[in-house]
Amino acid sequence: MAATSARRMAAQEGENQLVVKGVSKKFGGVTAVQDVSLEAPRGGILSIIGPNGAGKTSLLNMISGFYKPDTGNVLLDGIEIAWKKPSEIARLGIARTFQNIALFSGLTVLDNLMLGRHVLMKSGVLSSVIYWGMAQKEDIAHREAVEEIIEFLKLQDLRKLPTSALAYGLRKRVELGRALALDPKVLLLDEPMGGMNQDEKEDMARYILDVNQERGITVVLIEHDMGVVMDISDKVVVLDRGRRIASGTPEEVQRDPHVIEAYLGAGKKGGKS
Amino acid sequence: MSLLDSPRTDTLPKLLQRNAEENPRAAGIREKTRGVWQTLSWSQYRDHVRDFASGLAALGFKRGDKLSVVGDNRPQLYVAQLAAQSLGGVSVPVYQDSIAAELVYVLNHAETSIIVAEDQEQVDKALLLKAKLPNLRWIVFDDPRGLWAYDDPALRSFESVLEEGRKFAQGKPDFVAAELAKGTADDIAMIAYTSGTTGNPKGAMLSHRNMIAAAEAFIEVNDVKPGDNWLSYLPMAWVGDAAFSLGMALVGKLVANCPESPETVQRDLRELGPHAMLAPPRIWESLLTQMQVKSGDASPLKRGVYEYFRGLAERCELKRTDGNPLSLVERLGLATGEFFVYGPVRDQLGLRHARWCYTGGAPLGPDTYRFFRSFGINLKQVYGATEASALISCQANAEANPNTVGRPIPRIEVKIDDRGEVMLKGPNVFKGYFKQEDATRDTITGDGWLKTGDAGFFDKQGHLVIIDRAKDVGKLSDGTAFAPQFIENKLKFSPFIREAVAFGHEQPMVVAMIAIDMQTVGTWAEKRGLAYTSFMDLSRKPEVAQLIAGEIAKANATLPDVQQVKRFLLLNKELEADDAEMTRTRKVRRRFVAEKYAKVIEAFYNGGKQVEVTMEITFEDGRKSTLTSQIAVHDLPAAAPAMKAA
Repeated sequence: MAATSARRMAAQEGENQLVVKGVSKKFGGVTAVQDVSLEAPRGGILSIIGPNGAGKTSLLNMISGFYKPDTGNVLLDGIEIAWKKPSEIARLGIARTFQNIALFSGLTVLDNLMLGRHVLMKSGVLSSVIYWGMAQKEDIAHREAVEEIIEFLKLQDLRKLPTSALAYGLRKRVELGRALALDPKVLLLDEPMGGMNQDEKEDMARYILDVNQERGITVVLIEHDMGVVMDISDKVVVLDRGRRIASGTPEEVQRDPHVIEAYLGAGKKGGKS
Repeated sequence: MSLLDSPRTDTLPKLLQRNAEENPRAAGIREKTRGVWQTLSWSQYRDHVRDFASGLAALGFKRGDKLSVVGDNRPQLYVAQLAAQSLGGVSVPVYQDSIAAELVYVLNHAETSIIVAEDQEQVDKALLLKAKLPNLRWIVFDDPRGLWAYDDPALRSFESVLEEGRKFAQGKPDFVAAELAKGTADDIAMIAYTSGTTGNPKGAMLSHRNMIAAAEAFIEVNDVKPGDNWLSYLPMAWVGDAAFSLGMALVGKLVANCPESPETVQRDLRELGPHAMLAPPRIWESLLTQMQVKSGDASPLKRGVYEYFRGLAERCELKRTDGNPLSLVERLGLATGEFFVYGPVRDQLGLRHARWCYTGGAPLGPDTYRFFRSFGINLKQVYGATEASALISCQANAEANPNTVGRPIPRIEVKIDDRGEVMLKGPNVFKGYFKQEDATRDTITGDGWLKTGDAGFFDKQGHLVIIDRAKDVGKLSDGTAFAPQFIENKLKFSPFIREAVAFGHEQPMVVAMIAIDMQTVGTWAEKRGLAYTSFMDLSRKPEVAQLIAGEIAKANATLPDVQQVKRFLLLNKELEADDAEMTRTRKVRRRFVAEKYAKVIEAFYNGGKQVEVTMEITFEDGRKSTLTSQIAVHDLPAAAPAMKAA
């Protein structure tokens, strides 16, 4: 695809939107992440891969502020965010989805997405009471943004259904929608295709590409399906036992002897490539 | 006075202009997007059509050129058709779920030069076929989603065509108006490709006169008011949708409402509460099936109440059709039922405001028909054909009857020829098949009568009764007449039977191939703890065969002995349009099925208990694969008197 390689070039030349510099994290005596650095190019798709327990989710948790790194820095557009609260980081424009779906199961798809916009809402309880008109206007604007996402992810027929009634693949899609509702600059996706069948994976890959292209959102992706990762990533970082062992374009990473060892040397781990 | 008598109102786009002048701010067309019904007034609708027409002119579209729309119902696609017609062009809507090979045939045969596609899915299809379509110059898309990486020079966005149109109009401000004025009633408005139960599709040329005359006649005999809401959810390539969403909407100033997506139709229907509704029998049947499933899932009390009032309503409806007065108790019962059951059910179905509903396109089982009528839904039959601009006859409010299709609409003449075939003459009769003079000569007689291909007769009240396709009506080997559809409709009343194909022509007995309804049979099986994996697995279960045998026995009880189904089998896949077993409007292609399943039919009559079937399956993307399996043939005892109670 000519268009993709052009996009890739642009992503390589552009500055990095999210920079992680030498972060480490220990839990008791266990080192989950050790001195890992990575750069997510603005408007690109960066994938983090590695065997189970390599520290991928811990790394993502440090970017989104759920964990505080023991050492190192996390910079969003040059601003240090490692010590900020998760809610502040969300407000600065980093949204994420979770490996295990985190939705309000009793609420409808629409309500879940509206909640996703919560951090963007300005009117508090008091101002909603006093400046009723203004709060209502704001509500309409948010609903419009959410409707755009509903259309984008083809959720029209599910709008009023509780998320508990949805199939697994659809719930994953709603979760992506909830993250998008934040209007993020950077989207962290933790195994968005885990447990999906081939059709659902293809749909999800399509949505990720569209999110990246049409909304210009930088994507950081953890995924086990190598086929998908190699297909859609601009850049791949490989972790093994908490360390970064390789980084580069999908082609470079696939040729890297360390990666081959980490995946094949172990004898069984890894995806279908 | 007919609209056709004035040169200001004798084409569809001229009628749009009239509506925009007479009612500029009234709603013209509506679409649900982003969860909200968004309205274009008649003047906005007209402006879009005018700008798009200018844009088409800028792209080199000329009088007589063909424009195809493909996609789900969208105002933009109606705008595109009217814009093409404004320039004297012809609209050729195609089925959005057609597979590639069918599309190539129709688009090439029609010489389409511009395709207006709804979204990426349709654009992909068009791009894939581009090399095989020498006449195609532009592909215009409405929804840009997913199309960011596409750089084909033939692609244009709908918006950009409107934009080009506005620029073009600055240079030639009167161009479109002049082209519009040049149009006459006898210009071809659209070519409707008939899905055809045999052979390649044929393109029926319908003039503006055809469509306007049909709409005027229909409005004359039906309760249609300006501003009435209409749900435009039927395939745009089906002439029925064109007749209503374009013809009737423009002539009668109805508002066409496009649903949000095919998956939301039912919810949108309920939200909109249209004033009128047209649906093919399949949809009525599936609504009924849904209701039966829902009542089966309800608590015993609710189910009891529902069943009681349903029974009461059906008894009263029967009494009413026989002309007997209802007793006071019955009337009180109906009033109570109206409050507890009938009203809420109509509301759930989205038919609370519907003053009339029609079923058409194929016969509807009388029991299904009676069910809806008994619940206070003014369901009537309409009969038509693509070649007659979709309309031949319909029923008046007081004359609803499941067995007839009503009286011919005004200004058309209908007769039955000596072979029993229905023939008609009138302003709605088409101009012939595009580039198929032979087929045209076979269909229109020298003195101008259109042969419908349907066998029928007039009953004592002068209502037309359609028996079956003339070529399908056969005889059993003992000489008894055999109309397969009649039997199939009886079978299809069962919620467990989705599709049935009956055979018996020149054979000693009637046999049927049954496709089960996956949803209802699945629920039934789950309730009995019967595990299954797929349609094929489910249809092989002996318990399911027993269930269906019971259902067939019920249908047999209402049939004369010789017409009863004696043997049947359960198909291991659904009948599919992609496998050419059904038309795109979901009518069974009987001949094709008979050929495809020749071995099965043979087994029916040589007494075999098992038959090996090898079938070709076509996937949605056109790939094919074959499937070989054993299908059991089941026997049915003659209907025992005990079953008659059911």
